[in-house]
Amino acid sequence: MLNRTADNVARATPEPLAKKIRGISDKGLAWLFISPTILLLLAINIFPLFWAIYLSFTNYRANRPNEVVKNLGFANYQRILGDQDIWIAMQTTAHFVFWTILLQTVIGFTLAWLIDRKFRGHAFWTTIILVPMMLSPAVVGNFWRFLYEPQIGLFSYVISFVTGIPPTNVQMLSNVELAPWSIIIVDTWMWTPYVMLICLAGLRSIPEYIYEAAEVDRASNWRQFWSITLPMALPFIMLAVLFRGIENFKMFDMVNLLTGGGPGSTTEVASITLKRQAFESWRTGYSSAFAIILFVAVFGLANIYVKALNKVKQR
Amino acid sequence: MKSTLKLALGLASAIFASTAVSNVAHAEDLTLCWAAWDPANALVELSKDFTKETGIGMKFEFVPWTNYADRFLNELNSHGKLCDLIIGDSQWIGGAAENGHYVKLNDFFDKEKISMDDFVPATVVGYSEWPKNTPNYWALPAMGDVVGWTYRKDWFSRPELQKEFKDKYGWDLGPPQTFDQLKQVAEFFQKRQIDGKTVYGASIYTERGSEGITMGAMDVLYSYGFQYENPKKPYEMEGYVNSEKSVKGLEFYKALYDCCTPPGASNSYMGEGVDAFKSGQVAMHMNFAFTWPGLQKDENVGGDKIGYFVNPKGPDGDQFAQLGGQGISVVSYSDKQESALKYIKWFANKDVQAKWWSLGGYSCLNAVVKDPKFPASQPYAQTFLDSMAIVKDFWAEPSYAPLLQASQKRFHDYVVAGQGSAKDALDGLVKDWTQVFQDDGKM
Repeated sequence: MLNRTADNVARATPEPLAKKIRGISDKGLAWLFISPTILLLLAINIFPLFWAIYLSFTNYRANRPNEVVKNLGFANYQRILGDQDIWIAMQTTAHFVFWTILLQTVIGFTLAWLIDRKFRGHAFWTTIILVPMMLSPAVVGNFWRFLYEPQIGLFSYVISFVTGIPPTNVQMLSNVELAPWSIIIVDTWMWTPYVMLICLAGLRSIPEYIYEAAEVDRASNWRQFWSITLPMALPFIMLAVLFRGIENFKMFDMVNLLTGGGPGSTTEVASITLKRQAFESWRTGYSSAFAIILFVAVFGLANIYVKALNKVKQR
Repeated sequence: MKSTLKLALGLASAIFASTAVSNVAHAEDLTLCWAAWDPANALVELSKDFTKETGIGMKFEFVPWTNYADRFLNELNSHGKLCDLIIGDSQWIGGAAENGHYVKLNDFFDKEKISMDDFVPATVVGYSEWPKNTPNYWALPAMGDVVGWTYRKDWFSRPELQKEFKDKYGWDLGPPQTFDQLKQVAEFFQKRQIDGKTVYGASIYTERGSEGITMGAMDVLYSYGFQYENPKKPYEMEGYVNSEKSVKGLEFYKALYDCCTPPGASNSYMGEGVDAFKSGQVAMHMNFAFTWPGLQKDENVGGDKIGYFVNPKGPDGDQFAQLGGQGISVVSYSDKQESALKYIKWFANKDVQAKWWSLGGYSCLNAVVKDPKFPASQPYAQTFLDSMAIVKDFWAEPSYAPLLQASQKRFHDYVVAGQGSAKDALDGLVKDWTQVFQDDGKM
């Protein structure tokens, strides 16, 4: 049937076009089909990357196009790696990534495990839990800024109710100690459902007969969790950690909306510093070098992590 | 069939022609770019007269202050044609002139007999000249602005508060003349119950993202003796930026933030300040003068309830205020420069400037502000005039953005986050600014 259709199509193809097509090999045809995508990728991904690498060795400033561009060698890289403020921003980023991933993984997996129990109304609760993830970060940022407001914010009143501290003293966004946590709380609230979904997929992929066999062997629930559930869901958990890690490493929107990097520079993560250097100070060469350093760091760490993930999957 | 075809062709031609005619009619429309704020609405109203007189339509591109610099500096840097006219911030003038974004207006001013002597001198230096104090003009002073203070006149005039204040501080409760007095007033009102509501001392600038805390801190530092550089040796900042007097000024600003601002006011700028004052949270409010017409009209805090005062004096009696405001420039990438210049000529007219003031804009024309009727024309007019006489501005160098970023970081780290000392912050600022000027090859 398929051959007959192909024959019909071949017969219906006009002779000049057929001649042209007959001249293209399968490989050629494949290249023909994927070339638009490759060209697009080259234009919007690969070329800018190489251009940024080139700029990172110069003193180029996008707001001074008429100025002579000087080659600085590795001076930009040396300056960045020797800049204490950059290291502080990197530490802030690491602190933020570590705590958000830890909280989101623990809470996300726990929620997935509970939802997987398939209790009455579990579908409804799954939908409710997923709501924060569906909201725009801009909405979430503004919404939480109001919640954190010391004079009228609901969050401050809840904390005040629980602890007895006056709500005006609960200054989540102004206090140096609390401001990083205010962002961690919001990010965890928003993205835990995402981790939960991936973990839930992992839990649902574990065949039921393994648990049945464990039951026959009289394995306790705890033993089943440690020996079956966790190891078999681990690749999924690790995948969720990878996705959230990459996302949070480049976190910008929530920090910008909630604290703008303040108070002082206590929540100034690397992406905020990069944006300020690139689009406020217009140090294009310098910021390109910083972007390359960040790219190499994320790329390197992600590679190591993916290798570990593959090992876990092969076990 | 033929007649149907003719009818269709005729209809198509008519539609095409009408579209073309409408395009021609709008071809000379000018686009004016500015910040989205109250004076911009006044300018829309004012510009209707220009359209009436010349037939040139006006379109407006207004962007909120928080994105104003990012948006329009990007536009200028990319040689965009969106704006024919731009009311750019005073600090942009150096970069816009040196990078060729603005049309130089000297020849045009000469031809049209527009004299810069007719404008308030501080606004000419601040908004039009680059290099500063040289007769090279890149903008016409458009919107005079300066940081000043508003206060709750109704609270200040309560007899019981006046008595308590006098007993405590030994002077009559009123608009403070010095920064020490300002702090005393702020402390007096901090967390006080007024009409069953907790109120606070003062709203000051603490914003981190754009320029807020720099504008606020500088407003105090100038009067304490801060100088940007050695007056005899440009770009020499050691001992001037971080002088003992500057350190005292910055310490004062932090003390004011710590003692007397509303809870959570760690990222407050123009909008947040207006909100704090309008909602009856604060007794005093630091803000640019452009906010005053709106506050004066406010039902809850305006009218007889509001008063205005000039930025107070420092410990040695020096008194300065941070300049705000902008000049209007013709964008060099515009295809409609001739029409844009027509707008500038029209805007410089005395009657237009008088109407500009009456609508809520702040004219910089001497003929308007030196009119004997001017001080009584609005309750805040005299304070505006007095403030404009003592202005100082931030760097207007082409590298003003990294210079501003450095001060934002250093001031916020110290004042709001409480990291290090005032001396550390100002020493760090000298280091950062030196680096910027070295990168520019100016040191």
